[in-house]
Amino acid sequence: MSVPLSWYLILAAALFCIGLYGVLSRKNAIAILLGVELMLNAVNVNLVSFWRYLDPAQMAGQAFAVIVFAVAAAEVAVGLALIISVYRRRKTVVADEIDLMKW
Amino acid sequence: MTNWIIWILPLPPLLAFFAIILFTNKNKALSHGIAVAAAGLSWLGSMIVFISAVGTQEFGKHVFESAINWLPTGATWLQVGVRVDPLTAVVLFFVAWTVLAIFVYSIGYHNFGQPKGDHDLPGLPPHGATVIEEEQTHRVPSIEPMYSRFFAFISLFAFGMYTLVVSNNLLTLFVGWEIMGLCSYLLIGFWYGKKSARDAAIKAFITTRIGDVFMLLGIAWLYSYTGTLSFSEIFKPEILQGMGNTIAFPAFAMHIPALWPFFSSFSVAGSIGILLFIGTIGKSAQWPLHAWLPDAMEGPTPVSAMIHAATMVSAGVYAAIRMFPLLQADVTGTSLAFVGFIGAFTALFAATIAVAQNDIKKVLAYSTISQLGFMIAALGVHAYVAAAFHLVTHAFFKALLFLGSGSVIHGMEHGVLHTGEHVDAQDMFNMGGLRKKMPVTFWTFLIGGLALSGFPVLTAGFWSKDAIFAEAFGGGHLLVFIVLALAAFLTAFYTMRQITLTFFGEGRTKAAEHASETTWTMTLPLVVLAVFAVGVGWVGMPAWFTGGLVPDWFHEFVGGTLAQAPEAMPFNWIPLVTSLVVALGGLLCGWLAYRNVSALAEDRLQIPLLKNKYYFDEIYAFLFVKPAIWIAEKFTSLYMDQVVIDGVLHSLARFSLFLGHVFRNYFDKPVINEFFGDGAGKTVKASGSGLRKIQSGRVQYYMVVAIVVLVVFAFLYYFLKRGM
Repeated sequence: MSVPLSWYLILAAALFCIGLYGVLSRKNAIAILLGVELMLNAVNVNLVSFWRYLDPAQMAGQAFAVIVFAVAAAEVAVGLALIISVYRRRKTVVADEIDLMKW
Repeated sequence: MTNWIIWILPLPPLLAFFAIILFTNKNKALSHGIAVAAAGLSWLGSMIVFISAVGTQEFGKHVFESAINWLPTGATWLQVGVRVDPLTAVVLFFVAWTVLAIFVYSIGYHNFGQPKGDHDLPGLPPHGATVIEEEQTHRVPSIEPMYSRFFAFISLFAFGMYTLVVSNNLLTLFVGWEIMGLCSYLLIGFWYGKKSARDAAIKAFITTRIGDVFMLLGIAWLYSYTGTLSFSEIFKPEILQGMGNTIAFPAFAMHIPALWPFFSSFSVAGSIGILLFIGTIGKSAQWPLHAWLPDAMEGPTPVSAMIHAATMVSAGVYAAIRMFPLLQADVTGTSLAFVGFIGAFTALFAATIAVAQNDIKKVLAYSTISQLGFMIAALGVHAYVAAAFHLVTHAFFKALLFLGSGSVIHGMEHGVLHTGEHVDAQDMFNMGGLRKKMPVTFWTFLIGGLALSGFPVLTAGFWSKDAIFAEAFGGGHLLVFIVLALAAFLTAFYTMRQITLTFFGEGRTKAAEHASETTWTMTLPLVVLAVFAVGVGWVGMPAWFTGGLVPDWFHEFVGGTLAQAPEAMPFNWIPLVTSLVVALGGLLCGWLAYRNVSALAEDRLQIPLLKNKYYFDEIYAFLFVKPAIWIAEKFTSLYMDQVVIDGVLHSLARFSLFLGHVFRNYFDKPVINEFFGDGAGKTVKASGSGLRKIQSGRVQYYMVVAIVVLVVFAFLYYFLKRGM
């Protein structure tokens, strides 16, 4: 137990900020999706580390992480399918150009 | 079982009425089929009720009665119900027979089976049709254009009559009474294309309405005094006695001593009785409300005439007889004296007019008024049973006479169409010699005429009239007796005049020479009624004639209706001889005076006073109709209507307009429209156009917004929580 909890949290925060930066700054919709994945995994790191350090007797942290995986997988599947569909119709994956819902 | 039949007795004609007007009015055969079948059902029910009534021992004490609660009136209920007592049973008997006879007769009278008229219009009598047979054209009678309508009306009429007869209380009696009033209006005005028919309908309706208003007043008084309208309740001895001994207008009688003799002669029972009796005056066409009945002959000739002679007017007398215990309870005797005066006066008055009428139906109309006067006069001299007896016999022989006159007119119309001669088919001076052309009509009419005259022993009219004479004489009412004897003499006289002019001698016009007998649907009812016109008198033969071998069934049966059955009058030669002398003398005089009359100019009884009915129509026109029209035109229309009523209505309208204007300009437009209506729209639009800018369509921008909001709220939460 040489590594303290705060390190993991810093790692998760850094990972989250990288993901957020990717989401906000990239133009490619796939890259935005990748950023979202990073953010989700940052959360997973948090969940697992809190479980391990604070309450190892309970399964809750691990269970949450597993559910997040599942959701992330579903999200990627749906998101990629949407992007492919948009690409087929509009020949672009740039998020700013996909603005059909705009007023 | 019997009660159940009595309850549904009036219903078949009502159902027939609705069936005809709603569904079958296009189909003439089906319409008259339904109507006659309904009348037949009611007839059958009436006969069952009558037979079981006759078969009941001491029926007057064991009447068929049942009632249900109908209208809640505070603590108690207004009841409706049916009641058949001996009086009702005999009335039911003649109503059933005469109604059925009318229905069957109407089929023939309205020329069922004949072709459609050449130019007949609804609302006018049929004019006849041209048919071509073997290359020859004939004019024949044509079918009535509103055939089904007629059967609908008489069905409703029959419903009214049955309702009136079987009801056990004054309320439903009055309902039936008014239904008949309506139907009489509709049937008199059946040929509404004729102005005379329209006028006659209005006259009949309004004249009878005058009587009905008084009757309704009487009913209201009776109800407020006794708290019930049911006959069996009202006729309880203690209630009758209470009403009979109480002075009607105590306040007047007490405080104005000068009027004491006048007001003390009116008891509550007597006053109510007189009010109810005024309804009878209107319905049974007694003087002074008699003027409508002769005009009612404008309706389809014999049938409506018969309704106004044998059925509906009988209802008036029936109601008076029904109310007899009330009149009798009046200790002062004023009300019965009034009844007796009206009856006797009308009997003589109408008989004198009848001798100078030339229209075959008008004679019978006045004769009806006169005969109804006989019944009313009989009631006035306490001859309860005699009045009921004459009611029954009169219904049969007068129905017979009216249907016979219709048959005569029908035969004459045939002759008119055949010869193309333009003569009045109802004027007796255009007839003559019809006995050979129309034998069935002649013989039945003769029987009816003899019954009306009171031809001794054989006919029903003799026995009923003799009963009235005996009662009037035996009761000491000599004046009534003499007046009625005179009226009876005139009755026999004008009846013989009518028969002589119509059937004997030679035809005075070509139309009369070509008259022909009518169809079986018309003659069959005549024959049936003729049998009754003779036979119905035998049930009331007094003991002196039969020597006590056969009891006076009618007297015992109907007399049982009253709480104290009246005693039979002891025999006296004077009324009997009078009755014989006036009947035979009148017939003989009529025959002698008219057997050789061949033209109107030879009739010495065409006195203007009688011919013009004592100018009663003119007097009423001068006293009531013209002032009413004058007031309507000069006052009601000009001032009441156009100034007061219209003024109120116009100012109401103006006020409403003003109010509308205020609401529109100061409330609706600014508040509802602009503030709420337009305001809501504008607000939504403005906020939409303001907020749409954040809808950029760039997903990362949304993200930034979401994060900013999250951060802001996180800080807020954090600091607010610390602050608390």
